[in-house]
Amino acid sequence: MTETLHQVYDAIREKAEQRRKVFRETPGPKIHIGMATCGIASGAVETKKAFEESLAELGLAAQIHTVGCIGHCYAEPVVIIEHPDSGFPPIFYHQVTPGKARMLTKLFLEEGDPRFEHVYGAVELNEMIPSVMEFPRFNQEKRIIMQKCGRIDPEDIYDYIAEGGYSALVRAFQRSPEEVIAEIRDSGLRGRGGAGFPTGRKWEMARQSAGSDKTVVCNADEGDPGAYMDRTLLESNPHQVLEGMIICAYAVGAKKGMVYVRAEYPLAVKLVTQAIRQAKEVKLLGKGILGTDIDLEIEVFQGSGAFVCGEETALIQSIEGKRGMPKHRPPYPVESGLRGLPTVINNVKTLATIPPILEQGAEWFRSIGTEKSPGTAVFSVVGSVLNPGLVEIPMGVTLRTLIFEICGGIPNKKKFKAVQIGGPSGGCLPEEFLDTPIDFDSLTQAGAMMGSGGMVVMDADTCVVDVSRYFLDFTQKESCGKCTFCRIGTWHLLDILKRITKGEGVEDDLLQLERLSEDIKNGSLCGLGKTAPNPVLTSLRYFREEYDAHVKEKRCPGMTCRTLTAYYIDLDRCARGCDICGGCCPVTAVFSTKNRKKAIDQSLCVKCGECLVACPPDYKAVVKISPPGLAPVIERPENPPESHE
Amino acid sequence: MDEAILAEEEAIHKDICSSLTDYEKNRGNLIPILQMIQQRHAYLSPDAIKTVAEHLNIPVCEVYGVATFYNQFRFNPPGRHPIRVCLGTACHVRAGDIILENFERKLGIREGETTADREFSVERVACVGCCALAPVAVVDEVVQGRMAPSKVEGLILRIRMKNERSGVRGSGSEVTSEKSDDNTNLEPLTSNPEPPFQKGAE
Repeated sequence: MTETLHQVYDAIREKAEQRRKVFRETPGPKIHIGMATCGIASGAVETKKAFEESLAELGLAAQIHTVGCIGHCYAEPVVIIEHPDSGFPPIFYHQVTPGKARMLTKLFLEEGDPRFEHVYGAVELNEMIPSVMEFPRFNQEKRIIMQKCGRIDPEDIYDYIAEGGYSALVRAFQRSPEEVIAEIRDSGLRGRGGAGFPTGRKWEMARQSAGSDKTVVCNADEGDPGAYMDRTLLESNPHQVLEGMIICAYAVGAKKGMVYVRAEYPLAVKLVTQAIRQAKEVKLLGKGILGTDIDLEIEVFQGSGAFVCGEETALIQSIEGKRGMPKHRPPYPVESGLRGLPTVINNVKTLATIPPILEQGAEWFRSIGTEKSPGTAVFSVVGSVLNPGLVEIPMGVTLRTLIFEICGGIPNKKKFKAVQIGGPSGGCLPEEFLDTPIDFDSLTQAGAMMGSGGMVVMDADTCVVDVSRYFLDFTQKESCGKCTFCRIGTWHLLDILKRITKGEGVEDDLLQLERLSEDIKNGSLCGLGKTAPNPVLTSLRYFREEYDAHVKEKRCPGMTCRTLTAYYIDLDRCARGCDICGGCCPVTAVFSTKNRKKAIDQSLCVKCGECLVACPPDYKAVVKISPPGLAPVIERPENPPESHE
Repeated sequence: MDEAILAEEEAIHKDICSSLTDYEKNRGNLIPILQMIQQRHAYLSPDAIKTVAEHLNIPVCEVYGVATFYNQFRFNPPGRHPIRVCLGTACHVRAGDIILENFERKLGIREGETTADREFSVERVACVGCCALAPVAVVDEVVQGRMAPSKVEGLILRIRMKNERSGVRGSGSEVTSEKSDDNTNLEPLTSNPEPPFQKGAE
């Protein structure tokens, strides 16, 4: 069996390498364009078109290689140009607009001038151009899960195989399922979906459960607002996930697989479906994988967008065509899951970690990260950071390193206030926790949670109460309604928070928040309810003074809660005759006073902040203030020069 | 106009009935069927829900219960120019809700509704995936990054003026060509080759 296995795989591998060789050895420049959802949203399609058009106009030959996302959202659309004839190493360009693309085609590809002012860095170390590898964003990352993301074409299985893809599968097939499970168990891999359950143990339980009709489900129901690492992974390297799924199916003895991916991710759905088809064509899926007697059929199920379906039992209900409401565990899905049959549900990132572990061994995996949480974690860092995007770091790196070194810190010299980790189920950590190492246990201890890996950085201008309200608003809408405390409790919690942000809070409210939060935690069945009060509880614990300011002084320290803030124009600074603020006001709340200086009609103002942004820096006349009572009242003249609609 | 809408609804009903035959009468097919209908007709009408219930032989309330449970499904027809405002975490922190409010105010409808002339609809989506451009709105499938309240009126006005100039109001085929013209004239910051965001996504 081993011989045929190798023969079949080597044939595919050889074909892949042949194609890679043709690509590499074709003379002329090579242009790699990142084309995942984020790249496309930033205009990668236009950029690609611009390259194609200008290449055709100039009569140049170059190969355009579409790749996935490398996770550097701030730099999208990202283009890497290899132009060996120019003597320069491959160069990384960021924010390549169509215009820039045309310019680069003309000046770099034709004339050999890389336009240093637009260069972000060279891809490899060299003598001429600083390499991106010297930037903290690149060299402090440790990529296991996303190692091939942005380097290969997600639409081409051979691109993945040429990079060593599916070789872990061959290794797995050479061992017994028990040995594979032992390797995963020894690696100490914990589920990357958020809860951190040991993957090896889950597989072991599934292996032992009776019956041969088992199913492997890849959980890509990423509902967390602001987290998009699962999507990026499926869009940039779907085959690594499939490989992990096949290995899992082999280890537990499953014959069916299912990728549960959100319908809101159409590109991911398309690419995964295509990847499955391609894998089938080369006998990596279907009947008799790689010439062995192992069968596996994988299908795609499109989730319809319910946050609670990230929970295992709810996900199963949803596949069965019901409302996604969680059930009691035990029985666990590994014993009785989809249609009452044993089902293993693993997160996308967990499955993507499997191939590297089998390839390089449990020992190697254990050497990365911390003792109790080995391996790496992928975070989507958004909010007030200079370089937002996806970051994969070894576990145990501190929050400070992640936020200030890798992601470049807070822009505009603002002060760091808090970081919200784990999305709606996570917590809000203040500055004194910046030196907390990032791993499952330390974060839980601090009151936050690994969650799916969403991270929002807040500067001094963000209101912690408002962010808690935002997350609670989300969980309240997403509560499935099964447990009373989650259904009604979150509603009341939200109601109190809404009142506080409107300045209608009373002192008793804070006590109520705490009590209700504890009750919701205790009275809910699934993770959604058990963690929904976390943002409130942590922000209450660490930012009590902000709540107090809202309740007692009716003041919002972050100047975010709109009812508690007001804008006014400082008449001493306002320049007579300048009309910028009036022009940009969406509700014509800005009016001219008698001496033609401007003032704001507080009854009309919607507090969008446009005038503050628009007022020229020479004047800086627009002032934001909290509480709103501090703003001076200026009466509108009786014959207003302009009337509002 | 009413007659046109009635005829349209009749056509939708026929289309749904014929495409339902591809699906087995299996409860597990409920969500895929609803997704299919929404993909073809952009929304689930009360009639569509009834037809599905009859096909699968389950109560209408069951179908309705499942459909309303998930964020993907919408129950009123979207406007010809759908507007989706991103309210993901990054957009929230950068005041995406003010952008949404501005659209609501300018169009006189609430989030999830369609204007009476079926020209515009406003929705909120969870994350468009370009957090670095926050706040973001998607107008006619064109991603408008770094939105500002003052940009809202201009965006709507451009579509309205374009409509007035060509006298387009109604019939589908003209509107589609209209739309593509719009895209080029809006000087899009970015655009998408295919509709990447599902309707009603939250």
